Amino acid sequence: MSGDKEGPAPLLDRADERVTHETGIGGAIRAFFDRVRSGELGALPVVVGLAIIWTVFQSLNSVFLSSNNLVNLLFDSSTVGIISLGIVCILMVGEIDLSVGSVSGFASAVVGVLWVNEGLPVWLAIIAAVAAGGLIGSLYALLFNRFGMPSFVSTLSGLLAVLGLQLYILGQSGSINLPYGSAMVNFGQSLFMPHVVAYAIAALAGILAFVTGYRTATRRQAAGLSSQSLNKLLFRAIIVVVVLEALAIYLNQDRGVPWMFGLFVGLVVALNYALTRTTWGRWVTAVGGNREAARRAGINVRLIYSSAFILCSMLAALGGVLASARLASASQQAGTGDVNLDAIAAAVIGGTSLFGGRGSAYSALLGIIVIQSIASGLTLLDLSSSLRYMITGGVLAIAVIVDSLARRSRVSHGRA
Amino acid sequence: MMDKVQAPVAAGELVLSLRGISKHFGAVSALTEIDLDVQAGEVVALVGDNGAGKSTLIKILAGVHQASAGTMTFRGQTVTLADPSASLALGIATVFQDLALCENLDVVANIFLGKELHPLQLDEVAMEMRAWTLLRELSARIPSVRQPVNALSGGQRQTVAIARSLLLEPKLILLDEPTAALGVAQTAEVLDLIERVRDRGLGVVMISHNMEDVRAVADRIVVLRLGRNNGVFYPDASNQELVSAITGASDNAVSRRSGRRRAQTAPAQEAQP
Repeated sequence: MSGDKEGPAPLLDRADERVTHETGIGGAIRAFFDRVRSGELGALPVVVGLAIIWTVFQSLNSVFLSSNNLVNLLFDSSTVGIISLGIVCILMVGEIDLSVGSVSGFASAVVGVLWVNEGLPVWLAIIAAVAAGGLIGSLYALLFNRFGMPSFVSTLSGLLAVLGLQLYILGQSGSINLPYGSAMVNFGQSLFMPHVVAYAIAALAGILAFVTGYRTATRRQAAGLSSQSLNKLLFRAIIVVVVLEALAIYLNQDRGVPWMFGLFVGLVVALNYALTRTTWGRWVTAVGGNREAARRAGINVRLIYSSAFILCSMLAALGGVLASARLASASQQAGTGDVNLDAIAAAVIGGTSLFGGRGSAYSALLGIIVIQSIASGLTLLDLSSSLRYMITGGVLAIAVIVDSLARRSRVSHGRA
Repeated sequence: MMDKVQAPVAAGELVLSLRGISKHFGAVSALTEIDLDVQAGEVVALVGDNGAGKSTLIKILAGVHQASAGTMTFRGQTVTLADPSASLALGIATVFQDLALCENLDVVANIFLGKELHPLQLDEVAMEMRAWTLLRELSARIPSVRQPVNALSGGQRQTVAIARSLLLEPKLILLDEPTAALGVAQTAEVLDLIERVRDRGLGVVMISHNMEDVRAVADRIVVLRLGRNNGVFYPDASNQELVSAITGASDNAVSRRSGRRRAQTAPAQEAQP
């Protein structure tokens, strides 16, 4: 044992003398580079990619990084981003949902019909739309669990069937305008956090990060396990606060932080907690990694699949509702075109594996910002959507290549 | 009814009793009319050639497969194991031949898979502590329990799988080739562990191809051949007896081979003065 080196008694998880552990700030930086070299990239590729994309577009058009444009970017990111969150759920169990675009369009049609045409209260219409999404998801789950229908096929047929449903309930008119000035349309277009609230939330995020980190560290210390030093925790919390406050100040020069983006980030944080800190998330990851092993561990695998399908469709429906609020209309075009692939590409670009068992809720946030940045930059340059599709396709390909190379590197470094 | 199943085991109590267990996969009869008894504080070794049905029997006991016919009695109660969780709930823990680990999860997550502490706010500290304690008991050499299982060697993975089976204080442990991937010291540790588990009054069923290991720890050796019972032996049985029960003939590949070796070495010894 290496007790002579580390003082009286080695920590429970540091007793193996074959493993070196970096300490101090220099050590932390060395450990970071080691991790990157061995393929444990985390969010690094997306952040680097985002930096490149922003630099290029900013040099081509100085409006790109203006507060005004960034606020619009956050609005546009929120709707597809929420759909992409659902995709993260379904990718985690190693399945796919190709119908999220149709489901989002259908949900917006449900809100339009129930709220505007039938005169139901708006909250009831929204609940009905999200519940309809849940129903579609449970149908996929039924097809998958009872009939062994591959999700690729069931959701592909769902893509058509739900689109048909959307056209059917919209009827002859083809589009329903949602009333301007209503709470829902305001939420989608012009509802911003008061400046103070934005600053407070940014500060709170840092404080929360520090408090939870500190509590874990003291508990680990009490249990005789290695723990993060107070300095490191403090340092990280300060970085978080500084970055978020700077962002808030910059956005507040224009209209501020949209509440819709706040809702999106709130959902990201909630899903991240659910995936990493609850039994459900652990089981979702296990099923995505090795379905049979999960079953033999006594996990109800079917229930986990069902929860992923239902959650995915419900989030898609919620994203569709918000998209209709953003456009102030529910039309036949809602949810068609690139919504589907943008949502899936965002999750993959953000670093969620297509093969299950590996991913994070934050990948939806990062990935959708990449995609919307490209869209926004090209719109500012007055370039057609043909170029946008090509560039987004290229970025998706690069993201998957980076992921595959990193995986290969992880395998050869024994970190897979 | 469950109280009796959950109560602590008494020494010598009949933990598990199988009568006439059969399993068909389509036209293939993997198991035919198998009888098996396991008492508390007893190690039963299950031996047989490839395709004898050993792993199938283990999987039936683990709830992975369901028997086509026959009755299973666990601590005096007739039970049916519809799925793996039913088996785990009774207190039957299994180490599968393929280990059944989730390679993308770390060691702690694998050990606690399906039995996590604090479902809504996972207690990682307590789980990590318990994981280290379990691995310590097995004298395991695992550098970090926060590594994904993917990064571990075969022997380390096997240790993790065994540690997992011990987590819930089971009444009966099923081990499918527990020493297949282990080194010399680790094999000894696992055999020690099996004895410790037995001395704690648990029933152990172990599959192994290694006759030395079997003889070292088993109290009884049950031979399966082509899916049928083919005799019960005790550790003092000779290798010859065991091998002929396993292969089904006194004239078999093993005896022919040892006969050849004797024939080869005998003239060599005669040649020396």
